[in-house]
Amino acid sequence: MKAMLAGFAAMILIGLGAWLALGQMGFSVEEVSSGPNVRLE
Amino acid sequence: MRALLCFLTSVLLAVPMLAAAQEAVPTETARPDRSATGGAQTLEDILARQRGERIDDSFRSEAIGGSAATVPALGPLGGASDPEIWRALRYNKADVTASAGGDVGKVLVQDGGMRWYRFRRGPLAVYGGYLLLGTIAALVLFYLLRGKVRLDEPTTGRTVTRFQAIERFAHWMMAGAFVLLGVTGLLVLFGRMFIAPYLGKEVNAGLLTGAKFIHNNVSWAFMIALVMIFVMWVWHNIPNRTDLTWFAQAGGIIGKRHPPARKFNGGQKIIFWSVILLGGSISVSGLSLLFPFALPLFAKTFAVLNDLGVPGWIGMEHLPTALAPQEEMQLAQTWHAIIAFLLMAIIIAHIYIGSIGMEGAFDAMNSGEVDEAWAHQHHSLWLDEYKTKQAGRPGGAAGPAE
Repeated sequence: MKAMLAGFAAMILIGLGAWLALGQMGFSVEEVSSGPNVRLE
Repeated sequence: MRALLCFLTSVLLAVPMLAAAQEAVPTETARPDRSATGGAQTLEDILARQRGERIDDSFRSEAIGGSAATVPALGPLGGASDPEIWRALRYNKADVTASAGGDVGKVLVQDGGMRWYRFRRGPLAVYGGYLLLGTIAALVLFYLLRGKVRLDEPTTGRTVTRFQAIERFAHWMMAGAFVLLGVTGLLVLFGRMFIAPYLGKEVNAGLLTGAKFIHNNVSWAFMIALVMIFVMWVWHNIPNRTDLTWFAQAGGIIGKRHPPARKFNGGQKIIFWSVILLGGSISVSGLSLLFPFALPLFAKTFAVLNDLGVPGWIGMEHLPTALAPQEEMQLAQTWHAIIAFLLMAIIIAHIYIGSIGMEGAFDAMNSGEVDEAWAHQHHSLWLDEYKTKQAGRPGGAAGPAE
């Protein structure tokens, strides 16, 4: 049971980590679907 | 199950037909007479298309105008009329330049898109859905007819360690991720068909946005767990002769025999290699989908298949190797979804046998400990190896604890 819960916890942590890390690396949807010709302000 | 896999693999080889652009099939009949419409499509063409027949549309794909020098009648307006410009765009023959967006921005009309859309909404959803429902129905029937696989010998009260903590951890990380990925993936495919009509489009949109977020982020945990599982268990899943005996006796699931097996029996090896190969393929196509237009897979794959002559095996012409970026993404999605349905069906059967289908199976992955009687019935060779190792250890096979 502990291994199962640890597995699920790791899955959630990796998911959150991936979201944050990829966002930092410039792979968020806002970054990827934008470009130098897009002026949002 | 294996016969089903073989059949579905053959069906899968037909998927590339999706990607075939307007490959005109040479006909033996004479060139149709289109003088009535001045070279445009006639009523016969429209009726033929409605009947689902393929027509040679080179009369359209090649009518894309010319330059001012070759078509002097148009003079100052250039060499191409508006319909000719649109045909050139549709059949990917126009010279497009774009100030932003790269190759993606140059595609104004993508002819294959409707074929993909109809496939995704039609055959993919229908056959995929029925595959899953059929698998569940077959398992229900099997359980009603055969019942749970029980332990034939009485339990000894002594347990052996079947799976260590790290093995169970990796399995459950993969299992949890797979269930989340499968459910969210099914929501994205079927949401518009089955949720939006009942709960409304806003609810559906919100649900699917969340589903996509979970799907994209949990995929990394799945891929990491996939690598862990492969590294830990590949040596125990190499096929060998005991598997032949195991399959010959149908794993003992029908009748009363208990074929010998080592750590993993033949059926489990099928599950392992299905997960590794299909899961690996899903991961690769998934990465292509996670980073849109950055990892095109199919142009190169089709080139390799063409070189090997594979299209010829099923009576097809060459697969196209010049694919629009959007077409690459559509093929990636199609492949990803088809393999996902296959893997989901296999895993549903795996979940069945590991939970209600067999007494004592769940304990193996839950606590890691199984009774010796269970081990003797299902993995007798593994139990022998385990006991030999225990006896060989210093301070080894101890007698009963004091």
